Amino acid sequence: MMPVLEVNDVTVRFGGVTAVDKASLSINTGELIGFVGPNGAGKTTLMRVITGIIKPSAGSVRLDGIDMVDLAIDKRVRAGLALAQQIVQPLRQLSLLENVALACGTVKTANPFKAIRSFNKQGEKNRALEILDRVGLRDAANAMPSTLPLGYLKRLEVARALALKPKLLLLDEPLAGLNQSEANSLADLIQNLNKDGLSILLIEHNLREVMRVCPRVYVQDLGKSLAIGETNEIMNRPDVMKAYLGKG
Amino acid sequence: MNYEITLLTTMSISVLFALSLNFITGFCGQISLGHAAFMGVGAYTAAIMMKSSVSLLIAIPVAAVFAGTLGLLVGFASLRVRHDFLAITTMGIVFLFVGIVRQQDFLGGEIGISGIQRSALGRIGFLLLCASLAALFAGFSLLVKRSWLGFVFESISDNEDVARVLGIDVAKYKLFAFVVGTAAAGVAGALYAQHFRFVGPDSFGFVESVSVLAMVVVGGIGSVWGVMLAAAVLSVLPLLIQFVDDYKILVYSALLFFMMRFSPDGLAGIFNRSINRLRKQKT
Repeated sequence: MMPVLEVNDVTVRFGGVTAVDKASLSINTGELIGFVGPNGAGKTTLMRVITGIIKPSAGSVRLDGIDMVDLAIDKRVRAGLALAQQIVQPLRQLSLLENVALACGTVKTANPFKAIRSFNKQGEKNRALEILDRVGLRDAANAMPSTLPLGYLKRLEVARALALKPKLLLLDEPLAGLNQSEANSLADLIQNLNKDGLSILLIEHNLREVMRVCPRVYVQDLGKSLAIGETNEIMNRPDVMKAYLGKG
Repeated sequence: MNYEITLLTTMSISVLFALSLNFITGFCGQISLGHAAFMGVGAYTAAIMMKSSVSLLIAIPVAAVFAGTLGLLVGFASLRVRHDFLAITTMGIVFLFVGIVRQQDFLGGEIGISGIQRSALGRIGFLLLCASLAALFAGFSLLVKRSWLGFVFESISDNEDVARVLGIDVAKYKLFAFVVGTAAAGVAGALYAQHFRFVGPDSFGFVESVSVLAMVVVGGIGSVWGVMLAAAVLSVLPLLIQFVDDYKILVYSALLFFMMRFSPDGLAGIFNRSINRLRKQKT
């Protein structure tokens, strides 16, 4: 099977510190992989390399076979990468529906000359409503983000990412800050999206939910790739346990 | 009658100038404290051309091209710096503009360029030209607001990092806003040169940049109708009331302060809130 994302030997150095050291990761189409590791493992740094916020000192990142290292973040998004961020960032002047509708209109927003000639928003709004329904936010479609709790805004991040029709969905700690029942239902949603065929990389601290919904995990420690494979097998490996619990 | 025509012409030019800043600051969220410099580029370009007997109708598009080109360069700065830093950078542009113009003999140095010949349009014809250009840009602004361009501008103004994550090439949109807004300021400058038949470096300095920002803020950042109203009133106020003329910058700054403090969304905000309150009372 063709991998949707291939990260090969990515190294990131900040001054004298090596935050990511020859990390490699590959996700096949339709897979849901949990990306875990203790604090300071370089998870966020590697994720930022994938999204394009940080340029790696060495290594390559390919999405669907296309090298993305030199592409800006908006170009990566248009190539099929979508991101739901850890710190929710709704567009606060727009309703939830408009937030998602804007993401639905990537064809119309390709450049200012196309955008100025496009007026109809109904098609995008209809699709946005379907997506909001899918993530359980249909009732709040016309609400403004500032009036809603974190759980809703986390789902809005996912809805906006889905609106981009991505080949790969990157979820950066979507469960952080949620209570157990909220986390549980959002994890179920992630699992269902994957069952519908979406490839997902889930970066998450909540090991309980990762082990419940992700068939495979990728573990990183001290900036290095530690393991990738079946969740239960990997999480019981002594070196993975040691990375999490320290020396016994 | 001549006095009224002068007032209305001044008003139309100010409305166009304020709407041009509204395009950049109101729509796209890019603060500019140096907008008068672009009006100045347009005014000087048109003044030199008209002194060489070129028709106003040819000078206007050339002024727009010159101002828009400088706007593109400053737009590139907006890709590197944001918010307060962009405000300082654009403020630098206006000081740079005035500083350079003062030193150039071919631009009239400190004295400026005077004796610009009257266009063949006549006073009323020129007023109609100014009013139609202002109306045209107002119509264009309203159209943009309804289009997907307005939608994207709103997202960039709100949070440009999020816009990028939604696949929007923020740089292209910002440059577009700067070019269109500064080109329109250039047109306003060309009209200014013809209206006063004189251009000097002090007419396009920091004070004018703050004045036009005051018009945009008082009207309501991003609101086309609000900005038009504020620009129309504030531009003729100094001509009607001597006190305002004497203490122009003080009055404008005070207005700016009170609007920011009590109604950051300007007159448009006050209007919208009143309408909503009335509707609620009815129901």
